[in-house]
Amino acid sequence: MSEEQTFLDALKARESARDVAEPTWVAARRQAASARFEAVGFPTKRNEAWKYTDVRAIARGDFALATDAEFSRASAAALTLPLEALRLTFVDGIFSAPLSDLSELPKGVIIEPLSQALETNHEAVGAVLGRLAGVDFSPFSALNTAFAEEGAVIRFAPGTVVEKPIIIQFLSRAHERPVMSHPRVLIEAGARSEATVLEHYVGEAEAANFTNVVSEALLARGAILTHYKLQEAPLGDLHIASLHVDQGRDSRFTSFNLNLGGGLVRNDIVADLNAEGAEAQYYGLFFAQGRQHVDNHTLVNHNAPHTFSQENYKGILDDRAHGVFNGKVIVKRDSQKIEAHQNNANLLLSDRAEIDTKPELEIYADDVKCSHGATTGQLDEEAVYALRTRGIDEQTARGLLTLAFAGEVMEVVKLDAVAERVELAVAGKLPERFNLAGLVEAAVALGEE
Amino acid sequence: MLEVKDLHVTVEGSEILKGLSLTVNAGEVHAIMGPNGAGKSTLSAVIAGKDGYEVTSGSITFEGRDVLEMEIEERAQAGLLLGFQYPVEIPGVKNIYLLKAALNAQRVARGEGEIPAPEFMKLVKEKINFMKMDSSFLQRAVNEGFSGGEKKRNEILQMLVLQPKLAMLDEIDSGLDIDAMKVVAQGVNSLRDPERGILIVTHYQRLLDHVEPDVVHVLVDGRIVKSGDKDLALELESRGYDWLVEESAA
Repeated sequence: MSEEQTFLDALKARESARDVAEPTWVAARRQAASARFEAVGFPTKRNEAWKYTDVRAIARGDFALATDAEFSRASAAALTLPLEALRLTFVDGIFSAPLSDLSELPKGVIIEPLSQALETNHEAVGAVLGRLAGVDFSPFSALNTAFAEEGAVIRFAPGTVVEKPIIIQFLSRAHERPVMSHPRVLIEAGARSEATVLEHYVGEAEAANFTNVVSEALLARGAILTHYKLQEAPLGDLHIASLHVDQGRDSRFTSFNLNLGGGLVRNDIVADLNAEGAEAQYYGLFFAQGRQHVDNHTLVNHNAPHTFSQENYKGILDDRAHGVFNGKVIVKRDSQKIEAHQNNANLLLSDRAEIDTKPELEIYADDVKCSHGATTGQLDEEAVYALRTRGIDEQTARGLLTLAFAGEVMEVVKLDAVAERVELAVAGKLPERFNLAGLVEAAVALGEE
Repeated sequence: MLEVKDLHVTVEGSEILKGLSLTVNAGEVHAIMGPNGAGKSTLSAVIAGKDGYEVTSGSITFEGRDVLEMEIEERAQAGLLLGFQYPVEIPGVKNIYLLKAALNAQRVARGEGEIPAPEFMKLVKEKINFMKMDSSFLQRAVNEGFSGGEKKRNEILQMLVLQPKLAMLDEIDSGLDIDAMKVVAQGVNSLRDPERGILIVTHYQRLLDHVEPDVVHVLVDGRIVKSGDKDLALELESRGYDWLVEESAA
């Protein structure tokens, strides 16, 4: 039996077990997606886009589909980000009402699980879902479309400014037989709306599940959306994700792609800057240890003149971890006066860690401003020594310098709880004496005197 | 306080220090002078614990402890602090971060609690004013983009905040204009204390016009060939090192 057949069989089994009739467009898409997946199969290293990432651990897996969303409140609380937020929680892909908090939805905001959105008004969902992420994007987007039943649907009415961040929390449980989930995230940001959405992947340490998520965000004219992805999934988890963004005139999209967890991780981010004034900012940080594999593929399509993109990705790799960064920028022929800047810097903390980094610029316009740079290096031993001569122990000195390396990305992160989680992970648990709480403010005040 | 006995050190196979002995007591200011290549910087590097220096024989003790057995950070925590000739730039690590971390590391090693933030800020403010530095320095990455003079002031600032028992200053006066020299000298003088030893390593007499040493040693070819009072420094200033080099070779 082929590796794909296991998944096709699981799909058939799920279809016959489904007790409610689905809208015809949903069924038709499933069928098309499954046919597509069957035709192309899992990617191999011969596919240029998957050259450095071996997905056999997924292809050879035997994953069940979760049937419930049981999760103890106490253990969920320990995993949840301490943030005042609107919250949707999924456990192994299944929506958990008790672990969600949508009690105070502001005016102009709709947040609901996909299953519920399909029940209440499936046409409204069908009109946009999948518009950005077709089944031909990758075998995984096809697989997702074939299986997808649940996820988050988020809508902001024009002019809505949402103060609290919206957190979509994906919890992964440990099972005897691992499970897979294929969630969808759909964000429609109306004109001049402003919001922050965070996808948070986390779970029980022993979990070894397969998550295959597809997210789409549509930004209408003047919309401002900040998207965080904090991926601290269990180290046995297999994590494939793509995020597709469609940007209207003068819209601004900021992505923070922060990856700390997962055994095998692949992120694709694609933004289409479709009208003048659209701006995309990509910030990424990946920190991998042990034998973790983290692959980030980003793409910006400058489809219109006077569009702007900027990207800064930092990778920190220890032990035998493997990182991949592929940053692609495509400037269409008539997209004059655009600006695109890209930077990727990597820090290798061990001799056996590995990074493959590749900028790809395809520029078909002649009046553009583009730049890119990639560097890879080790910690500066002179700096380690200098810190130690001040009484700072070696491990802490290395932690401080590693944190300093991540600083350029981390200082742009506006959600403190997120920054703290990442900093603790990156720097190792630095003792209290390195906690600068209150000190920076005090120093600024001192400067103003 | 600091006792160096018959110290032999090789770097990449060649012997740089060839039986150096030196004793610095609390309350004393010692200056080690000597021509280029005599081993001045090697001595301070070995005391601080830099890699690449092999001690083939001899000993270094600080308050009775075997310095060569101590980790780099333990030496600093014990109060043995080196001010660098070429301070390292540390991008991304703010000065204030370094100062607080270093001070607390020392306090924790002594079994004291960490310093409360307001008390720390008060201390730093006082010292930074004393060194005629702008408080915006605190927010800047350690030495990054600093001029030569700013880097040296920053070394002294660290000394003032950390209050070592023994301050070693390696060519702290090199590259300073006269105004910066005065500020640095003022900083060094403020460190003078009956409980503290100061060891100044320098090529020139210049700094010693402002910081009067109790003992002057001349280091030539890996050994101290002459020791005297401050007048020895003046003699070196007028006569150069050659006569001592010849004397020691003879």
